[in-house]
Amino acid sequence: MSYRNDPYDPKQAALLAPEALEAAVADAEKAFAQAGDLDALVALKPAHLGDRSPVSLARREIGSLPPAAKSDAGKRVNVARQAVQGAYDARQAELEADRAARVLVEERVDVTLPWARRPRGARHPLTTLMEHMGDVFGGMGYDIVDGPQLELEWANFDALNIGPDNPVRGASDTFFVDLPGLVMRTHTSPGQVRSMLTRTPPIYVVSPGRAYRTDELDATHSPVFHQIEGLVIDEGITMAHLRGTLDHFARSMFGPDAKTRWRPHYFPFTEPSAEFDVWFAQHRDGPRWVEWGGCGMVNPRVLTACGIDPERYSGFAFGMGVERTLMFRNGVSDMRDMVEGDVRFTTNFGMEA
Amino acid sequence: MKTSLSWLREYAGLPADLTVARLDQALTDLGMEVESIVDQAGTILGDLVVGRVLTVEELTGFKKPIRFCTVDVGREAPQEIVCGARNFAEGDLVVVILPGGELPGGFKIGARKTYGRNSHGMICSAAELGLSGDHSGIIVLPEGTATPGTDARPVVGLDDVLVEVEITPDRGYEMSVRGMARELATHFGVAFTDPAGIPAPGATAESPYPLTVEDTVGCDRFAARVVRGVNPDAQSPEWMQRRLVAAGIRVISLPVDITNYLMIELGQPMHVFDLASLRGGLVVRRARQGEKLTTLDGVARALDAEDMVICDETGPISLAAVMGGETSEWQQGTVDVLLEAAHWDAVMVGRTARRHKLFSEAAKRWERGVDPQLALVALQRAVEILTEHAGGEVDERILDIDHVVAPRPVTLPADLPSRIIGLPYSAERVAELLTTVGCTVTGDEVLPPSWRPDLLTPIDLVEEVARLGGYNEIPSVLPPAGASNGLTPAQRARRSIGRALAENGYVEVISYPFESPSAPDLLGLAADDARRSAVRLTNPLSEEEPQLRTALIGPLLTTLKRNLGRGHRDVALFETGTVFLPRLTAAAPPVLGVDRRPTDEEWARANAIVPDQPWHLAAVLAGDAEPAGWWGAGRAAGWADAIETARVAVSAAGVQDGRVSVRAAEYAPWHPGRCAAILVDGVGVGYAGELHPAVLSALDLPKRTSALEIDLDLLPARPVVEARRISTFPPALIDVALVLDRKVPAGEVLDALAEGAGELLESVALFDVYESEQLGEGKRSLAYKLTFRAPDRTLTSEETIAARDAAVALTTSRHGATLRGA
Repeated sequence: MSYRNDPYDPKQAALLAPEALEAAVADAEKAFAQAGDLDALVALKPAHLGDRSPVSLARREIGSLPPAAKSDAGKRVNVARQAVQGAYDARQAELEADRAARVLVEERVDVTLPWARRPRGARHPLTTLMEHMGDVFGGMGYDIVDGPQLELEWANFDALNIGPDNPVRGASDTFFVDLPGLVMRTHTSPGQVRSMLTRTPPIYVVSPGRAYRTDELDATHSPVFHQIEGLVIDEGITMAHLRGTLDHFARSMFGPDAKTRWRPHYFPFTEPSAEFDVWFAQHRDGPRWVEWGGCGMVNPRVLTACGIDPERYSGFAFGMGVERTLMFRNGVSDMRDMVEGDVRFTTNFGMEA
Repeated sequence: MKTSLSWLREYAGLPADLTVARLDQALTDLGMEVESIVDQAGTILGDLVVGRVLTVEELTGFKKPIRFCTVDVGREAPQEIVCGARNFAEGDLVVVILPGGELPGGFKIGARKTYGRNSHGMICSAAELGLSGDHSGIIVLPEGTATPGTDARPVVGLDDVLVEVEITPDRGYEMSVRGMARELATHFGVAFTDPAGIPAPGATAESPYPLTVEDTVGCDRFAARVVRGVNPDAQSPEWMQRRLVAAGIRVISLPVDITNYLMIELGQPMHVFDLASLRGGLVVRRARQGEKLTTLDGVARALDAEDMVICDETGPISLAAVMGGETSEWQQGTVDVLLEAAHWDAVMVGRTARRHKLFSEAAKRWERGVDPQLALVALQRAVEILTEHAGGEVDERILDIDHVVAPRPVTLPADLPSRIIGLPYSAERVAELLTTVGCTVTGDEVLPPSWRPDLLTPIDLVEEVARLGGYNEIPSVLPPAGASNGLTPAQRARRSIGRALAENGYVEVISYPFESPSAPDLLGLAADDARRSAVRLTNPLSEEEPQLRTALIGPLLTTLKRNLGRGHRDVALFETGTVFLPRLTAAAPPVLGVDRRPTDEEWARANAIVPDQPWHLAAVLAGDAEPAGWWGAGRAAGWADAIETARVAVSAAGVQDGRVSVRAAEYAPWHPGRCAAILVDGVGVGYAGELHPAVLSALDLPKRTSALEIDLDLLPARPVVEARRISTFPPALIDVALVLDRKVPAGEVLDALAEGAGELLESVALFDVYESEQLGEGKRSLAYKLTFRAPDRTLTSEETIAARDAAVALTTSRHGATLRGA
């Protein structure tokens, strides 16, 4: 810094004049404002903020001032320099924002282009409906039990008070196999027999699953179908409890308006027995009663065969068809759609029916 | 059971304004399933009136004789009607439907020009009105029936309501007008007149015909009467014919019609024999093996030793309770008849009916139970009606061999109805309700009536109380909650797997478990493959598919093929279901009774013969796993997708990756070079990969179709997963490229690296497989990324390299690997 000791020359201090500094700031502001992009702005930087810029040169002249004037001049230069720098920064921010905005515009894509590179699968509505039903009962304190589909005749018939002469035990209703004493279960009720034999009351179980009857496949029948059956064995269980359970289940499945209606019926394994309808407000053809299933109080003969004391315990059982439920709930009109496995049928339901 | 409302009204004082809807509700509430209720008044629309034929003009010149008539229908001018029938004359009363009306079947009546004349309406036959099949001519009403212009419906019996209900198997008494009327009277609280409540003479010392009952178990009552010299040409009266038609019974002849009529009205099936055809005394007994009988339907039947038969000297002449025989039945010209009203064992009749596939109206009633006290009443009614309409002389002698056991009283604990129904029923109310259905109640002793063989135990009586009190009166109360354990581990695993597969692009299907015996051959299973041992249905719906699947893949491939056939090209399917694996023994299970619980030992022995039915998962995929699109090419599905899907499934079941290994395997129906065995803890749980080209060709499936099948029962229960400590120190990453013999499985190399690297290794992943001539014949390079990290410090490069070297060293010693470039 050789000039620091230079002798004072007023002419050399012209750049420090307030007018000169104001002009330098104004020049810089004007130039920055005219910079069209960041590159142009950067190119202007040496001229206005560099070593040879007016404000830098003015700072050098401070040394030539008498000591009394130095402080004042120094402040002036600082103010000027800050103004130029501020103008630069402001313009830079402006230009950067412009550029960011432009990039966003340039990066615009067509968001409607498909990206189905990973095909989506689906779960069968019978599976998910059975899970849904099971979960409602799970919430009511029931266990979900599974059982063999190729079942002991005793568990499928005898234990359920379906005697050897009952016509349903004939080959026109029941699938028999080349092994003695076994049948394809005609309902999921043997799951209840197994529960009574292996559990002690109170028993709250539902058994969902497959059953078999020798019906030819058509729009409303299938030789393989699904049921969910419930069984409760406890002290003091009444038909009122059965009704409360079915009403609650109907509301859980179909909404607060749902209710059940009973019709006296006959089943060997329950007495009294009823068939029940459900009030289904969402039916595609308008609100109506829909046949839903069968129910009743467990026949004391069944309790005896399964080792439950009918003097101490009573219980109820009920069952409904899962296919039937899917048909009226989801408007499936043909049983064959449920068994043929066409991906279009199932994909329509996605992950839950 | 079909009948008419007017018939029911004869015995039940039903409300006059009973609507179809109210009747439907009453029958439903009583437990009868309503098939149909048809108000006949609604089957013919418009004016159906009585008319008097004033003039008849024969028109000639047409192919058939035609009449042009004028008919007084009660209007100012006579009606001009053209008619093709000829069985009437001027002055006759006929039934006319006027223009604007409509006959059954949507046949609209208008005024039209026909045979050159104007015809304003139609003179009707019984067939046209839907009354019977009689087309022989128009209805000519008896003189004085009604004045012209009056509504003809009541005159011809078209004012009735036809009722058809299904009766449950426990309620045989409802298979009669008597039973239905009693139920309806109870329901509406109106008077009931028992059609069986007439006096009937009992057995006489002498029998009108020699008969012995050898088997009083099969036949606990046999009553018979004889009428001689009846007019063989006598017709059943109009009212009876009408009621039989309403009941869906064909009109045959007066004696046969009478037995059918009484069967419907009382519920007592009867039989009428031609006395002249009987040879010697009758015997009621079981059939003998080898005996034959030609029944009324013309079928020659081989009898079973359990069947009950009525025999004369020539042998069996009637299959008792089910169907008569050809030789002894009433026939055209019969003048001397023997009327039978017996009582047969319900179980015997049921077996006989099923054995001979003869589900006659009589058999249906016997099977459900018939009142054993009806026999004499039914005979008395039959004799009365027969002689009234056909004359004849009644033999005063009456046969009645009665071994009927009286109903036993049932003790009904006073609190049982309330305890089961959940609604307070006082002892008085219970007695009142049971009395209305015919029980005699004395304290807690209830004596059921003879027509209710279904009332045997206290719970049977509770059901009556609940039913008569009204099921829909029962309140709705939730029971005390159970104590659920939630889903079992197996159930949770199945759900997780189902969701995981669906999220990975697979669509769930539910196939029938039936398979063709040729399926194992198509799948290329070896002769000694265990999967060839299948359970066989003895009565399959299709002889093509009599076997139960031993694996899911066969039926699943059928479903795949169906989808491909419907134009889907890229298909990924999965199924979870059970397979049926027979045990080596084919022993019968122990006989288990129903009067007590089987012992644990009996139950275990019974279950030991039940075939194992493990849950399997199978998946198949064909076409593209990832589709082509604007983003570029697609990716064909293949062996690797199947194996990865198997890993996804096992992982979804809660088995952590470290416990799963994959090994090359040869297992039908997979491609021997592209099949992986999936192992968990070293135990095989299933197979995955590409299917054998020969199998695909045999099944006509696309090349490279891949599949997997896993035995879900072999997967360990989902463990409680131990939390992993997450280190916050930086990782050290090192790549190693190893040159190995290409036969060394990459999976095993990875295992060696992981084992050799020790506990500082966080993860290891294969990122490149490379083969070239430079590497040497039969060699390949496998490149792995190793990530090291310590839980408590930043690793030094020395530590990292030492661990890397240890990892490589183990691959060298175990598999002969060399570090590439080293």
